[in-house]
Amino acid sequence: MRVGVITFPGSLDERDAHRAVRLAGGTPVELWHGAHDLEGVEAIILPGGFSYGDYLRAGSIASHAPIMAEVIDAAKKGMPVLGICNGFQMLAEARLVPGAHGRNDCGTFVRRDQILTVENNETAWTRDFSKGEEIVIPLKNADGRFVADADTIKRIEDNGQVTFRYVGVNPNGSLDDIAGVSNEAGNVVGLMPHPEHAVEPGFGPDMPDAMRSGLDGLKFFTSVIQNSLLAKA
Amino acid sequence: MPIIVVEVMPKAEILDPQGKAVAGALTRLGHPEFSAVRIGKRFELTVEGPVTAETLAAAKTVAEEILSNQVIEDVVSISEAK
Repeated sequence: MRVGVITFPGSLDERDAHRAVRLAGGTPVELWHGAHDLEGVEAIILPGGFSYGDYLRAGSIASHAPIMAEVIDAAKKGMPVLGICNGFQMLAEARLVPGAHGRNDCGTFVRRDQILTVENNETAWTRDFSKGEEIVIPLKNADGRFVADADTIKRIEDNGQVTFRYVGVNPNGSLDDIAGVSNEAGNVVGLMPHPEHAVEPGFGPDMPDAMRSGLDGLKFFTSVIQNSLLAKA
Repeated sequence: MPIIVVEVMPKAEILDPQGKAVAGALTRLGHPEFSAVRIGKRFELTVEGPVTAETLAAAKTVAEEILSNQVIEDVVSISEAK
Protein backbone atom coordinates (compact mmCIF):
# COMPACT_ATOMS: atom_id res chain seq x y z
CA MET A 1 0.00 0.00 0.00
CA ARG A 2 1.33 3.44 -0.98
CA VAL A 3 0.97 5.94 1.84
CA GLY A 4 1.69 9.60 1.09
CA VAL A 5 3.45 11.78 3.66
CA ILE A 6 3.20 15.48 2.88
CA THR A 7 6.15 17.77 3.56
CA PHE A 8 5.29 21.40 4.35
CA PRO A 9 7.80 24.21 5.00
CA GLY A 10 8.68 23.56 8.64
CA SER A 11 7.62 19.90 8.82
CA LEU A 12 9.89 17.93 11.18
CA ASP A 13 8.70 14.36 11.47
CA GLU A 14 8.02 13.26 7.92
CA ARG A 15 11.07 10.93 7.90
CA ASP A 16 9.81 9.22 11.05
CA ALA A 17 6.39 8.85 9.43
CA HIS A 18 8.02 7.28 6.33
CA ARG A 19 9.85 4.84 8.61
CA ALA A 20 6.66 3.96 10.49
CA VAL A 21 4.87 3.25 7.19
CA ARG A 22 7.75 1.02 6.06
CA LEU A 23 7.88 -0.87 9.38
CA ALA A 24 4.12 -1.44 9.13
CA GLY A 25 4.55 -3.04 5.70
CA GLY A 26 3.64 -0.09 3.49
CA THR A 27 5.46 2.02 0.91
CA PRO A 28 5.94 5.67 1.92
CA VAL A 29 5.57 8.26 -0.85
CA GLU A 30 7.00 11.76 -0.45
CA LEU A 31 4.40 14.40 -1.33
CA TRP A 32 5.06 18.15 -1.57
CA HIS A 33 2.77 20.84 -0.18
CA GLY A 34 3.06 23.00 -3.31
CA ALA A 35 1.94 20.30 -5.75
CA HIS A 36 -1.62 19.46 -6.81
CA ASP A 37 -0.87 15.72 -7.07
CA LEU A 38 -1.45 12.86 -4.60
CA GLU A 39 0.53 10.51 -6.93
CA GLY A 40 -2.00 7.71 -6.59
CA VAL A 41 -1.52 7.10 -2.85
CA GLU A 42 -4.21 5.23 -0.92
CA ALA A 43 -3.72 6.96 2.44
CA ILE A 44 -2.21 10.26 3.60
CA ILE A 45 -0.25 11.37 6.66
CA LEU A 46 0.10 15.04 7.64
CA PRO A 47 3.25 14.98 9.78
CA GLY A 48 4.28 16.88 12.88
CA GLY A 49 6.45 19.97 12.93
CA PHE A 50 6.02 23.72 12.92
CA SER A 51 4.77 24.53 9.44
CA TYR A 52 5.23 28.22 8.65
CA GLY A 53 6.68 28.67 12.14
CA ASP A 54 3.17 28.32 13.62
CA TYR A 55 2.54 31.85 12.28
CA LEU A 56 -1.05 33.14 12.49
CA ARG A 57 -2.24 29.92 14.23
CA ALA A 58 -0.57 26.52 14.33
CA GLY A 59 -1.44 24.67 11.11
CA SER A 60 -3.52 27.48 9.65
CA ILE A 61 -1.33 28.54 6.73
CA ALA A 62 -0.50 24.93 5.83
CA SER A 63 -4.24 24.12 5.81
CA HIS A 64 -4.49 26.41 2.76
CA ALA A 65 -1.49 24.86 0.92
CA PRO A 66 -2.12 23.87 -2.72
CA ILE A 67 -2.11 20.09 -2.06
CA MET A 68 -4.71 20.50 0.70
CA ALA A 69 -7.40 20.94 -1.98
CA GLU A 70 -6.69 17.36 -3.11
CA VAL A 71 -6.36 16.13 0.50
CA ILE A 72 -9.74 17.61 1.47
CA ASP A 73 -11.36 16.12 -1.62
CA ALA A 74 -9.84 12.66 -0.98
CA ALA A 75 -10.73 12.77 2.72
CA LYS A 76 -14.36 13.56 1.89
CA LYS A 77 -14.39 10.55 -0.46
CA GLY A 78 -13.18 8.26 2.34
CA MET A 79 -9.41 8.07 1.95
CA PRO A 80 -7.68 7.40 5.30
CA VAL A 81 -5.94 10.60 6.51
CA LEU A 82 -3.91 10.81 9.74
CA GLY A 83 -2.87 14.18 11.17
CA ILE A 84 -0.15 14.04 13.82
CA CYS A 85 0.41 17.07 16.09
CA ASN A 86 0.90 19.91 13.56
CA GLY A 87 -0.98 17.67 11.12
CA PHE A 88 -3.88 17.49 13.61
CA GLN A 89 -3.84 21.29 13.82
CA MET A 90 -4.00 21.43 9.99
CA LEU A 91 -6.98 19.02 9.93
CA ALA A 92 -8.82 21.19 12.45
CA GLU A 93 -8.00 24.40 10.56
CA ALA A 94 -9.20 22.73 7.33
CA ARG A 95 -12.43 21.71 9.19
CA LEU A 96 -11.84 18.04 8.35
CA VAL A 97 -12.11 17.25 12.07
CA PRO A 98 -14.01 19.23 14.72
CA GLY A 99 -12.48 21.65 17.22
CA ALA A 100 -9.41 23.86 17.31
CA HIS A 101 -6.14 24.20 19.23
CA GLY A 102 -4.92 26.77 21.72
CA ARG A 103 -1.71 27.34 23.61
CA ASN A 104 -1.06 24.71 26.35
CA ASP A 105 -2.69 25.87 29.59
CA CYS A 106 0.66 25.57 31.39
CA GLY A 107 2.09 28.12 28.93
CA THR A 108 5.12 26.04 28.03
CA PHE A 109 6.18 23.43 25.50
CA VAL A 110 5.56 19.94 26.92
CA ARG A 111 7.39 16.74 25.98
CA ARG A 112 6.53 13.48 27.76
CA ASP A 113 5.77 9.80 27.21
CA GLN A 114 1.99 10.00 27.45
CA ILE A 115 -0.54 7.33 28.35
CA LEU A 116 -3.69 7.40 26.19
CA THR A 117 -6.82 5.29 26.02
CA VAL A 118 -8.15 4.20 22.67
CA GLU A 119 -11.75 5.40 22.94
CA ASN A 120 -12.82 4.27 19.49
CA ASN A 121 -11.19 1.33 17.72
CA GLU A 122 -13.48 1.48 14.70
CA THR A 123 -11.69 4.27 12.82
CA ALA A 124 -9.41 3.56 9.85
CA TRP A 125 -6.33 4.25 11.99
CA THR A 126 -7.33 2.39 15.20
CA ARG A 127 -8.72 -0.96 14.01
CA ASP A 128 -5.76 -2.95 15.35
CA PHE A 129 -6.33 -1.68 18.90
CA SER A 130 -8.95 -2.94 21.31
CA LYS A 131 -11.50 -0.51 22.72
CA GLY A 132 -10.31 0.98 25.99
CA GLU A 133 -6.71 -0.19 25.43
CA GLU A 134 -4.08 1.95 27.19
CA ILE A 135 -1.10 2.87 25.04
CA VAL A 136 2.05 4.98 25.53
CA ILE A 137 2.93 7.48 22.82
CA PRO A 138 5.43 10.39 22.97
CA LEU A 139 3.84 13.83 23.10
CA LYS A 140 5.59 17.12 22.29
CA ASN A 141 3.71 20.32 21.66
CA ALA A 142 3.15 23.95 22.60
CA ASP A 143 -0.30 24.48 21.07
CA GLY A 144 -1.98 21.22 21.99
CA ARG A 145 -4.98 22.34 24.01
CA PHE A 146 -8.03 20.90 22.21
CA VAL A 147 -11.02 23.23 22.44
CA ALA A 148 -14.52 23.29 20.98
CA ASP A 149 -17.85 24.76 22.05
CA ALA A 150 -20.10 22.76 24.38
CA ASP A 151 -22.46 21.64 21.58
CA THR A 152 -19.55 20.31 19.52
CA ILE A 153 -18.07 18.47 22.49
CA LYS A 154 -21.44 16.84 23.18
CA ARG A 155 -21.88 15.90 19.53
CA ILE A 156 -18.44 14.31 19.14
CA GLU A 157 -18.74 12.48 22.47
CA ASP A 158 -22.15 11.11 21.44
CA ASN A 159 -20.90 10.15 17.94
CA GLY A 160 -17.82 8.34 19.21
CA GLN A 161 -15.58 10.86 17.46
CA VAL A 162 -13.33 11.19 20.52
CA THR A 163 -10.70 8.70 19.41
CA PHE A 164 -8.06 9.09 22.14
CA ARG A 165 -8.07 10.50 25.66
CA TYR A 166 -5.16 11.44 27.95
CA VAL A 167 -4.81 9.23 31.04
CA GLY A 168 -3.25 10.28 34.34
CA VAL A 169 -1.99 13.67 33.21
CA ASN A 170 -3.77 16.11 30.92
CA PRO A 171 -0.61 17.70 29.50
CA ASN A 172 -2.11 20.77 27.83
CA GLY A 173 -5.55 21.48 29.30
CA SER A 174 -7.52 19.83 26.48
CA LEU A 175 -11.28 19.74 27.12
CA ASP A 176 -12.54 16.34 28.36
CA ASP A 177 -8.89 15.10 28.24
CA ILE A 178 -9.31 14.78 24.46
CA ALA A 179 -6.05 13.77 22.77
CA GLY A 180 -7.43 12.84 19.35
CA VAL A 181 -10.63 13.01 17.33
CA SER A 182 -11.99 11.70 14.04
CA ASN A 183 -14.42 12.91 11.42
CA GLU A 184 -17.90 11.38 11.40
CA ALA A 185 -16.96 8.69 8.89
CA GLY A 186 -13.87 7.65 10.86
CA ASN A 187 -11.42 7.78 7.94
CA VAL A 188 -9.82 11.06 9.12
CA VAL A 189 -8.09 10.98 12.52
CA GLY A 190 -6.02 13.66 14.22
CA LEU A 191 -4.11 13.48 17.49
CA MET A 192 -1.47 15.51 19.30
CA PRO A 193 0.87 12.65 20.44
CA HIS A 194 3.28 11.13 17.93
CA PRO A 195 2.68 7.44 17.09
CA GLU A 196 5.50 7.53 14.50
CA HIS A 197 7.97 7.90 17.41
CA ALA A 198 6.85 4.59 18.97
CA VAL A 199 7.46 2.05 16.20
CA GLU A 200 11.00 0.72 16.63
CA PRO A 201 12.79 -0.90 19.62
CA GLY A 202 15.46 1.43 21.02
CA PHE A 203 13.78 4.60 19.77
CA GLY A 204 10.36 4.54 21.42
CA PRO A 205 8.99 5.81 24.73
CA ASP A 206 10.22 4.35 28.02
CA MET A 207 8.17 1.39 29.19
CA PRO A 208 8.06 -0.32 32.61
CA ASP A 209 10.13 -3.29 31.40
CA ALA A 210 12.76 -1.46 29.31
CA MET A 211 13.78 2.03 28.29
CA ARG A 212 12.79 3.27 24.81
CA SER A 213 11.05 0.01 24.03
CA GLY A 214 7.49 1.26 23.40
CA LEU A 215 5.99 0.17 20.08
CA ASP A 216 2.34 1.14 20.58
CA GLY A 217 2.47 3.54 17.62
CA LEU A 218 2.90 0.78 15.08
CA LYS A 219 -0.77 -0.26 15.25
CA PHE A 220 -1.89 3.12 13.85
CA PHE A 221 -0.08 2.30 10.63
CA THR A 222 -0.84 -1.43 10.50
CA SER A 223 -4.53 -0.57 11.03
CA VAL A 224 -4.60 1.06 7.61
CA ILE A 225 -1.87 -0.83 5.77
CA GLN A 226 -2.50 -4.43 6.87
CA ASN A 227 -6.28 -4.10 6.59
CA SER A 228 -5.84 -2.81 3.05
CA LEU A 229 -3.61 -5.80 2.22
CA LEU A 230 -6.20 -8.17 3.71
CA ALA A 231 -8.97 -6.53 1.71
CA LYS A 232 -7.02 -7.09 -1.51
CA ALA A 233 -6.09 -10.70 -0.71
CA MET B 1 -1.64 53.72 0.53
CA PRO B 2 -4.76 53.19 2.69
CA ILE B 3 -4.82 50.51 5.36
CA ILE B 4 -7.69 48.35 6.63
CA VAL B 5 -7.26 47.27 10.25
CA VAL B 6 -8.69 43.92 11.37
CA GLU B 7 -8.77 43.10 15.07
CA VAL B 8 -9.23 39.54 16.34
CA MET B 9 -9.71 38.43 19.95
CA PRO B 10 -9.91 35.00 21.56
CA LYS B 11 -13.53 34.18 22.44
CA ALA B 12 -14.44 35.18 26.00
CA GLU B 13 -14.91 31.59 27.16
CA ILE B 14 -11.56 30.44 25.73
CA LEU B 15 -8.61 30.36 28.13
CA ASP B 16 -5.87 32.80 27.08
CA PRO B 17 -2.64 31.50 28.69
CA GLN B 18 -0.62 34.43 27.25
CA GLY B 19 -2.92 37.00 28.81
CA LYS B 20 -2.94 35.10 32.08
CA ALA B 21 0.88 35.07 32.21
CA VAL B 22 1.01 38.83 31.51
CA ALA B 23 -1.64 39.53 34.16
CA GLY B 24 0.47 37.60 36.67
CA ALA B 25 3.52 39.68 35.74
CA LEU B 26 1.59 42.95 36.14
CA THR B 27 0.53 41.96 39.64
CA ARG B 28 4.13 41.09 40.56
CA LEU B 29 5.31 44.42 39.12
CA GLY B 30 3.04 46.37 41.45
CA HIS B 31 -0.08 46.83 39.31
CA PRO B 32 -2.85 45.02 41.19
CA GLU B 33 -5.33 47.48 39.65
CA PHE B 34 -5.29 45.35 36.47
CA SER B 35 -7.00 42.09 37.34
CA ALA B 36 -6.99 40.41 33.92
CA VAL B 37 -5.33 40.69 30.51
CA ARG B 38 -6.48 39.19 27.23
CA ILE B 39 -4.26 39.31 24.15
CA GLY B 40 -5.62 39.53 20.63
CA LYS B 41 -4.24 40.29 17.19
CA ARG B 42 -4.26 43.38 14.99
CA PHE B 43 -3.78 42.94 11.23
CA GLU B 44 -3.01 45.89 8.93
CA LEU B 45 -4.01 45.17 5.34
CA THR B 46 -2.49 47.60 2.86
CA VAL B 47 -4.95 48.26 0.02
CA GLU B 48 -4.04 48.84 -3.60
CA GLY B 49 -6.10 51.91 -4.55
CA PRO B 50 -8.95 53.40 -2.53
CA VAL B 51 -10.90 51.58 0.18
CA THR B 52 -14.31 50.71 -1.25
CA ALA B 53 -17.30 48.64 -0.16
CA GLU B 54 -15.76 45.80 -2.18
CA THR B 55 -12.35 45.93 -0.46
CA LEU B 56 -14.06 46.12 2.95
CA ALA B 57 -16.16 43.10 2.01
CA ALA B 58 -13.00 41.25 0.91
CA ALA B 59 -11.35 42.19 4.22
CA LYS B 60 -14.36 40.73 6.06
CA THR B 61 -14.04 37.50 4.08
CA VAL B 62 -10.33 37.03 4.81
CA ALA B 63 -10.83 38.12 8.43
CA GLU B 64 -13.47 35.45 8.99
CA GLU B 65 -11.97 32.68 6.86
CA ILE B 66 -8.20 33.05 7.26
CA LEU B 67 -7.13 35.69 9.81
CA SER B 68 -9.35 34.24 12.54
CA ASN B 69 -10.52 30.75 13.46
CA GLN B 70 -14.18 31.16 14.35
CA VAL B 71 -14.03 28.12 16.64
CA ILE B 72 -11.80 29.99 19.10
CA GLU B 73 -11.69 33.64 17.97
CA ASP B 74 -13.97 36.56 17.08
CA VAL B 75 -13.34 39.33 14.58
CA VAL B 76 -14.08 42.38 16.73
CA SER B 77 -13.49 45.17 14.23
CA ILE B 78 -12.75 45.91 10.58
CA SER B 79 -12.07 49.54 9.75
CA GLU B 80 -10.01 51.86 7.58
CA ALA B 81 -7.08 53.34 9.51
CA LYS B 82 -7.38 57.13 9.86
